[in-house]
Amino acid sequence: MRRYFGRKVLIYILTFFLAVTIDWMIPRFMPGNPVDILMARAGSFAEATALMHDYYTKIFGLDVPLWQQYLNFWNALLHGDLGISVYVFPVPVTKVIMRAVPFDVLLLLPAILLSWFAGNWFGAFAARSKRLDNTILPLGYILTATPYMWLAMVLAWALGIVLRIFPISGGYSYAMTPTFSWAFIWSFLQHWFLPFISIFLVKFGGWAIGMRNMIIYELEADYSHYLEALGAPRKLVRKYAFNNAILPQITGLALDLGVIVAGALVTEVVFSYPGIGYLILQAINTRDFFLLQGCFLFIILAVLLANFVIDIAYVLVDPRTRTGMQGESA
Amino acid sequence: MMNLKKNEMLYFALRNNKLKVGLAVLIVFVVLTLVGPLLTDYQPMDYVGPLAAPPSSEFWFGTTTFGQDVFTQFVHGLKASFLVGIVGGGLGTLLGMLVGFIAGYRGGIVDEILNTLTNIVLVIPTLAVLLIIVAYLEVRGIFIESVFIGCTAWPWAARAIRAQTFSLRTRDFVDLAKLSGMKPLKIIFTQIAPNMMSYLLLVFILQFGGAVLIAATLDFIGLGPTNAISLGLMMNNAVLWGALLLGIWWWFVPPGVAITAIVGALYVTNVGLDEVFNPKLREM
Repeated sequence: MRRYFGRKVLIYILTFFLAVTIDWMIPRFMPGNPVDILMARAGSFAEATALMHDYYTKIFGLDVPLWQQYLNFWNALLHGDLGISVYVFPVPVTKVIMRAVPFDVLLLLPAILLSWFAGNWFGAFAARSKRLDNTILPLGYILTATPYMWLAMVLAWALGIVLRIFPISGGYSYAMTPTFSWAFIWSFLQHWFLPFISIFLVKFGGWAIGMRNMIIYELEADYSHYLEALGAPRKLVRKYAFNNAILPQITGLALDLGVIVAGALVTEVVFSYPGIGYLILQAINTRDFFLLQGCFLFIILAVLLANFVIDIAYVLVDPRTRTGMQGESA
Repeated sequence: MMNLKKNEMLYFALRNNKLKVGLAVLIVFVVLTLVGPLLTDYQPMDYVGPLAAPPSSEFWFGTTTFGQDVFTQFVHGLKASFLVGIVGGGLGTLLGMLVGFIAGYRGGIVDEILNTLTNIVLVIPTLAVLLIIVAYLEVRGIFIESVFIGCTAWPWAARAIRAQTFSLRTRDFVDLAKLSGMKPLKIIFTQIAPNMMSYLLLVFILQFGGAVLIAATLDFIGLGPTNAISLGLMMNNAVLWGALLLGIWWWFVPPGVAITAIVGALYVTNVGLDEVFNPKLREM
């Protein structure tokens, strides 16, 4: 188990290191330097240009040698300093991101976990049942192939505009300020439902299909046939199959996090939901590269953390990793 | 012997409903992509009709708020999606094969390094990386976009191919090839790869679908091609110019339906092929 975690932690550290390096490198090694790009986009007031050029050069720290720029970047990062946002000037990027995080946590955690549990349960239930396999699983394929933002758009249009059941914009009513009152919580839930259900549905389809296919593999494995030959009840065989099939699904959850996050980002854009995704869109539109860098780092950290939690869950579920044998995902 | 095996495959392929449905949908869209541009007199970005007109006999899919023909944009967007799928998915598969074969065949320290690299790229949310890279690029074409997508999509393919190679490299026929003095690269391509052709095809299909979805996502946040139309860009424009609020459903429904249908058909084809190749999965 120590070996298993040792490897994992090493990979996480390397990943974080690489991600920070990418984050640092991209503005500096892309064609043209970031200052010129920013300047070109800021428009041209002759007297302001020179001033801004100096300012940006200093902010990016471009006036020192490359290796020092890199160390400075790390230094600032470890002090939690990600620069000042242009989009909401002059608030520090860290603060802007922290304001958005609660919305993301409350949206993503339930959507990911519930879809995973519900999808796996349903997939296991549907496997090798001819009727469900032919009626509901095609729906699963359609759902998992749906682009997140499109499902969000269709739901927003159908339930928000045509039927007027749900609001389709923002994280809470624009007339309110966040407080701990029933009115606010109710407003929050109303705005929360559509983004939640869009992410939930797409992922539900994916997990259900994955589980169904896994269970069929397992039911055709030798141990299942052996159990059947011994006369074990069908329910018991399926239970063993499920225990084995759930392991790749846990690994799958870890591997899929990046894609889910991407899906959540665009879903937030459709609903103008005030999470990180919406921030990223604003950062792109206002050329707020500090905010973009900050959001990127935050996503990396969140995904690494989630991966670590999943690793722990994996050890709890798969006894092989505990006894020192290499588990499936090691 | 070989012939018999082929016929057996064909026999099961023709009886597999998933495969038939998936391929049928794909063929419809391929034909639409090839024939579609001939059916319309307009260019995707031309302002040709009344503003925000619903579907009619003249404008089959209606027009946008600017009077662009949605059908024209749609068929040109389909072409972009297939291009991204082929280039992005193909590149992802090739890189995955390269890393997977070498890591799986070589083993030892080479495998250790490549595996660590794969796991690292696997953990990084690739869309976030693409976001950053693409946001800094001034001019973007569909081809460049596909290349970036391919470069970030290979890790899971590499993982899967590595695992397969591991199980094949200890087989007798590989040992025999080694004894006869065959070069490693030749062993990989003449002994190992042919034995997992079906598997590689499945990997490519999934990479194809994944690339189409990622491209749609990128295009949707306005990071798509700057010089062409795509299905994701259509959705981006629709949301940007209030198609939801104005109820112009014919603007954003077709591109989403097309992506869902193409990617869904690919997934279904994938499972169908899996059942054809793997006798254990066939339903009795």
